[in-house]
This record gives sequence, C-alpha cells and structure tokens, in this order.
Amino acid sequence: MIRFSGLRKSFGPKRVLDGLDLEIRTGETMAVIGQSGSGKSVLLKILIGIMAPDAGTVEIDGTDVAPLRGDARRAVTRKFGMLFQGAALFDSMTVAQNVAFGLERYGHRTPAEIEARVKDCLAKVGLSGIEGLMPHELSGGMKKRVGLARAIAYRPEIILYDEPSTGIDPIRADAINELILLLQREMSVTSVVITHDMVSAAKVADRIAMLYEGRIVACGTPDEIAHSPNAVVQQFTHGRAEGPIRNW
Amino acid sequence: MSRPSSSAPLRSFFIQVGEIADLAALTFRNIFRKPWESKNFLQQLDEIGVRTLPVVSLTAAFGGLVFGLQMYSGFHRYVGLGSEAYGGPIISLGLCKELIPILVGLMVAGRVGSSMAAEIGTMRITEQVDALFSLGADPNRYLVVPRAVAAFLMLPCLTLFGDLIGIIFGAIYNVGIMGVNGTVYVRNTLLYLQFWDVASGLVKAAFFGVIIAVIGCWQGLKTEGGAEGVGRATTRTVVIASISILITNFFLSKFLPG
Repeated sequence: MIRFSGLRKSFGPKRVLDGLDLEIRTGETMAVIGQSGSGKSVLLKILIGIMAPDAGTVEIDGTDVAPLRGDARRAVTRKFGMLFQGAALFDSMTVAQNVAFGLERYGHRTPAEIEARVKDCLAKVGLSGIEGLMPHELSGGMKKRVGLARAIAYRPEIILYDEPSTGIDPIRADAINELILLLQREMSVTSVVITHDMVSAAKVADRIAMLYEGRIVACGTPDEIAHSPNAVVQQFTHGRAEGPIRNW
Repeated sequence: MSRPSSSAPLRSFFIQVGEIADLAALTFRNIFRKPWESKNFLQQLDEIGVRTLPVVSLTAAFGGLVFGLQMYSGFHRYVGLGSEAYGGPIISLGLCKELIPILVGLMVAGRVGSSMAAEIGTMRITEQVDALFSLGADPNRYLVVPRAVAAFLMLPCLTLFGDLIGIIFGAIYNVGIMGVNGTVYVRNTLLYLQFWDVASGLVKAAFFGVIIAVIGCWQGLKTEGGAEGVGRATTRTVVIASISILITNFFLSKFLPG
C-alpha cells in the first residue's frame, strides 16, 4: 500500500502540495485527476524519489521512503516503472537499448536474457521488430509504447503513468488505455495514472482522486466521482469554464 | 511597491557559486563510487579529446605563427639584427605557460562546454534526466562524472599537443620564413625551456577541463523553459566558463612554480 500523509511541496512562493493525504491500495489502479499545473506530476516525482517533499510522509508498505537516500532509495525506486509524459526515451540510444536500460541496471542478467526480455516487452506493447530504430524515427504513440515497454521491462511492482494519453490522437490514446488495462491484468501491479483526461481516467481506474489546491478534494470509484456533489469535481469532470475553479 | 534589494545580484552570485561548488564536490565523491559508466567515459574522451584536435591544431598553429611574428619584430626592432634567434625560448615559454592552455581552454569551452549544456539541458527538459533516475542510474554518475574526468584528462593532452604545434609553427615563421639561424634558435629553445614551464601549462589545462565540464553540466542540469532555456544555458556556459578560465589562469600563474 502507498500512503501519502500531510505532503507539502512549494516552489518559491507557489505552494503546489498543501497537506495532501491519499492512500493507494496494493493491486489497484488509481487515477489522480486535476488541472494542468495542479501538482499531479510533482506527486509522482515525489513518490518515485526524483523530488523530496518539504514536509509529510510517503509510506510504501508501512515504511516512510521520503527520507531514504543512496542504495536504500535505489532499492525503493526499483519497485517503480514510470511512463513519462513525453515518453522521455534516450535520444542517443536505439529502441532496444532504451528498453534494456533499466534491465541492465536493476538486474544481473546475461546479454541473451536481456535481448529476449526486450523482445518480449516490445511484443507486449505491439511493437515487435523495431529494436534497431532510433526514437526520432517513431511516432508519438510508438514512443509512448516504447516508454511503457521500458517501464515494465524489469517487472516493477508499481507502474506510474504521467499523462499517458496526452499529445496523441484519441485512437492512439485509447490503444494506450487498453495497454494499461492489459498490463494490469497480466502483471497484477499497482498503478497510478496521472491525467486530466476524464475518458481515460474512467476507463482505466478502479478509483479516481481529484487534486485541487494542493489537496485531494474527492476520492472514489469512477461512478462515485461522476456523481460527486462536490462543485469543484463537477466543474472539472464536466469541463465547464464556470464554477468554483477560477484560476485558469 | 517594494524596491528590489541592491544586494540581490551579489546574493544570486554567491548562490550560483555555491551550486557549482556543490556539484563539483558531489562529482568528486562519485568518482570513487561504483558503478563506473565506462562506456560514457570513453565516448567523452573521444568527444573532448579526439574530436577537438582539429580546432586545437589550427588555433595552436596560428597562435604559434603570430607569437613568432611579434617576437621576431620585437627582437629585430629593439635588440637588433641577429638577436631574433633568442626569441625561440620566449616564444616557447609564452606558448606553453599561457597562450596554448588559455586558447585550448577557450576553444573547448566553446565547442565542448556548450555542447554539454545543450545535450544535458535537452535531456532535462524532455525528462530524460528523470528517466535516468527512475531506471536506476544516478544522473550525476551517469552524466557529470564521465564528462568531468574526461575533460580533466584530455585538456592537458590537447594542451601538450597544442604546445608542440605552436612551437613548431613559431619556429617555421622565424627560421623558415624570416631566415633566423635555425641551430641557434633550437639550441636556445632547448636550453632555456624548463620542465615546469610546460608542466604548469598542463596543470592549468587540467583545472580548465574541470571548470568547463562542471559549468557545462551545471547549466545543463538547471535548464528550464524549453528551447529558449537550452539556448540560454549554452550561452551562459561559454561566457561563465571563459571568464572563469581567465580569472583562474591569473591565480594559477601567480602560484604555480616555474
């Protein structure tokens, strides 16, 4: 189980997270929704250890991992696979080298094992036979899928998706959603999906949490969120300009 | 309305110096930690060393020629006909101790420092640096250590190579073009040029290498704001590294033996 308690994070005078509390159960897919710039990606980066919170705790299976550094931090980071918003593939490496990167660092595998695993992961995301291509030769949707293959290659326990459907057309976005569901079924991992796409959130998530002004203002099943009486949630889920959210 | 504090630029300067010192200290500690990114290190040796050779050769050759020209004119005008052969040791001394290390430092700052800032800056804004972390690679060990160590090792090599080219072209101008007595010119050069004249230039170059790599990586890692941010990081790297090289050079000249 992942538990955020009293999480605070500021950048200069801007307070992004302001005492955030959230629990994510083992094996579930939690979608965190909210406006652009509301701190959703910051939450993921704090979870994986890229950023440190100013205050609060980040517990994984009962251990506060926020203060960990060095090898202890690395052991925790090993539990996570992350799909970045723009895929974040390494420009100077081929697709195969990208997918193998985490495998080489997180496991003691032979080159043959790594090669087989890379092929297997690429097949899983529907991209067999592109091992030798460079990232600039791929479309936006293909990059996301290679990013996903890289994130699952070393069999993490928790997969983080940062805006998986952003920047690609609706058909490709739905294909990514299907992939998330497929991986969830096959790997039984815990997933955290950061998105402002309500269609995507409703499709992939077991529960949805709404982040607003640095806190979780609502959390429930997609159906509960869709029928939430909270005016902020209503305005966001229905995409209305008029309502309590004025800071756009 | 509050007036901006007059101490703000000074504060900002000290904060930036602190950031550079932090990065340099972390990089130094990480040199002794495993795993070593040997593939990246070899790539950087090639990038900083081998690929910079043509520009260093050209710079050193024309540095040697122009230094030779001025020495010849100076001796000819102020000491008299026949004294030009005594220019050899002075040309070599000036090239090895000052001109070549500085020219190599400035050339590498322009060619390699800017490319480090641009490459790491692009990786930063496209989240590739975050991806490195999430995939188990420490960004400092993966990006900064190989660059800093390669620059520390390659700058002295480039400088030594530049010294040779500069001295040869200084001699070509004096002996080959202006007809100075070659035997006297070479004998004087070998007689008066001492080990520490060359070594102090190489020590300076090693310092310059670390300065260039640390400043290039620091600017790259703190890049924000898309393509414009990468452009700013690149420009700042060249300016800050060049100024730092010139300032450091004075103090090293003052305190190094020779």
